[in-house]
Amino acid sequence: MKNVFVYCEVTEDKTIADVSLELLSKGRKLAEQLGVKLEAVVITDEAGETLTRIQDFGVDVIHVAENKELFPYRTLPHFKIIHHIFQEEKPEIALFGATSVGRDLAPRIASSLRCGLTADCTSLEIGNHTDNKTGKEYKNLLYQIRPAFGGNIIATIVNPDTRPQMATVREGVMKLEEATEKKKATIKKIDTTKLIQPEDLIIKIIDRHIEAQKVNLKAAGIIISGGYGMGSKENFQLLYDLANVLGGEVAATRAAVDAGFAEHERQVGQTGVTVRPKLYIACGISGAVQHRAGMDQSAKIISINTDADAPINAIADYAVIGDVLEIIPKMIAYYKKHSK
Amino acid sequence: MKKIKILVLAKQVPDTRNVGKDAMKADGTVNRAALPAIYNPDDLCALEMALSAKDILKNAEVYVITMGPTRAAEIIRESIYRGAEEGFLLTDRKFAGSDTLATSYAIAKAVEKINPDIIFCGLQAIDGDTAQVGPQTAEKLHFPQVTYAEELLELDSTKIVLKRRLERGVETVTAPLPVLVTVHGSAKACRARNAKRVMQYKHARTATELQEETRDYTELFNKRPYLKIEEWSADMLQANEEYLGLSGSPTKVKNIDNVILAQKENKVLTASDQDVEELMLDLLKSRVIG
Repeated sequence: MKNVFVYCEVTEDKTIADVSLELLSKGRKLAEQLGVKLEAVVITDEAGETLTRIQDFGVDVIHVAENKELFPYRTLPHFKIIHHIFQEEKPEIALFGATSVGRDLAPRIASSLRCGLTADCTSLEIGNHTDNKTGKEYKNLLYQIRPAFGGNIIATIVNPDTRPQMATVREGVMKLEEATEKKKATIKKIDTTKLIQPEDLIIKIIDRHIEAQKVNLKAAGIIISGGYGMGSKENFQLLYDLANVLGGEVAATRAAVDAGFAEHERQVGQTGVTVRPKLYIACGISGAVQHRAGMDQSAKIISINTDADAPINAIADYAVIGDVLEIIPKMIAYYKKHSK
Repeated sequence: MKKIKILVLAKQVPDTRNVGKDAMKADGTVNRAALPAIYNPDDLCALEMALSAKDILKNAEVYVITMGPTRAAEIIRESIYRGAEEGFLLTDRKFAGSDTLATSYAIAKAVEKINPDIIFCGLQAIDGDTAQVGPQTAEKLHFPQVTYAEELLELDSTKIVLKRRLERGVETVTAPLPVLVTVHGSAKACRARNAKRVMQYKHARTATELQEETRDYTELFNKRPYLKIEEWSADMLQANEEYLGLSGSPTKVKNIDNVILAQKENKVLTASDQDVEELMLDLLKSRVIG
């Protein structure tokens, strides 16, 4: 009762997804602060090694549901099991990765339990709250913090009256930190045969091909990123040229992706990937907060922009004011001249 | 053969991708009035998938539901111009302040009046990016859901086959009807307006819009009753008021901070040869590159 729950997503290679481990790390801190337990939920065909990994994160209880129908993920059987666990255990907080699984599952759960859910939080904190109208005071609520409205505002959302307080968080937003003191978790097995009914299995998966992500932004030490200000897909080629020379990867803002300048998997920001490279070169990017949320932890930031007042310049180590189409070829030329 | 009812859930959104200088008020808050209102991009993909479903089935009709203020009737006209048969505007002060849960409750009540076989909606709306209303509406209706759909592969009066676009690949699923499908932005773009339909429906109005018109539409509407866009209030949905608007929304906005950037000490350079050379030398010296 009143504990912090993390839904642990099982990946294609039967490991726990990084985002879930990050949430366990954050969940442990929230549980410590509230003086409650941290509980994990694993739903798959055979949990196996994943249970060992989860115990690196100081989890008190692991709820395990194993059934051959539960892997790969399908909405309805996973929904049934989580709904059952949450009704029995009445969690205080429930966290899900903001993945295609978490964003499919969490809203359905929130709807059936009639509780609040905040998507894509960039920060989670514990704090008090006074209702403006009733004056009622609430202690130790989960502050669900996220940019909103095109990134012009940062909203703090609370769910005063409903439980669990549910949130989804993108991969890479929270830090992955194992517990310093390892402890053995209590394993609670769930009897899936009673829960899963034939009507939960009506959607059939005919085919899956898992294409490994072509682009791995998270592993890149140098990222050359382009925004809407690049003007065209053709101009993006310059970024690839610079990336080739420096040994980096090309990324893009949401606006550039929406405009068709780059593929979706290159998107950095709140609804894309969060990166922390040693060098981030922002080209033609004004710097909406949703984009900055995905890159402001970069060790060094260079912005190239015609607008001296662009918000990105405020977090840049170097702000180069000028035409990116003119500057990038010069950067390539001077790099070649001096790197030898 | 039974006629298949296809329903699209669409939203009018402020165009947050084109936030201009006047989009922020002097006090730093967002000036919603200054933002152009557009058809949510993912919902346009959903409309296209619905229209292609109609093309495949032949014996099918496409309806549209949108929720919002009077001006959201524009979404219905736009949908009809592109090929939908009819639309319904959910509009009521009682809906104001709804979070995704209260929104999905109101929409589900409206969907029950139409009783569709397939629902298509966008994966998410650009003003919130939550992707929650689709799955929540499906839960309220006890419909199975297929999210992240990118392509409609097969369809008959009993089942639908869809390709889903996930982070690391694609998945093909088959689902029996009825079903709710959320459509990914990478799906096929929506077909253009049909000129004939634009001519036929350009005077389509809701009752509220008619009150604001200076011209008298009575005769026109008597002759062409199909021009009337129906407005549905909370009462007409027989909705439980407790579940609507602010009281039906478990999430509360505690506070809103306008974005203020902490100024970092930075070097400001120009595009001159000298400056760019200095930059590259700095980076090489500090071993950030090379």
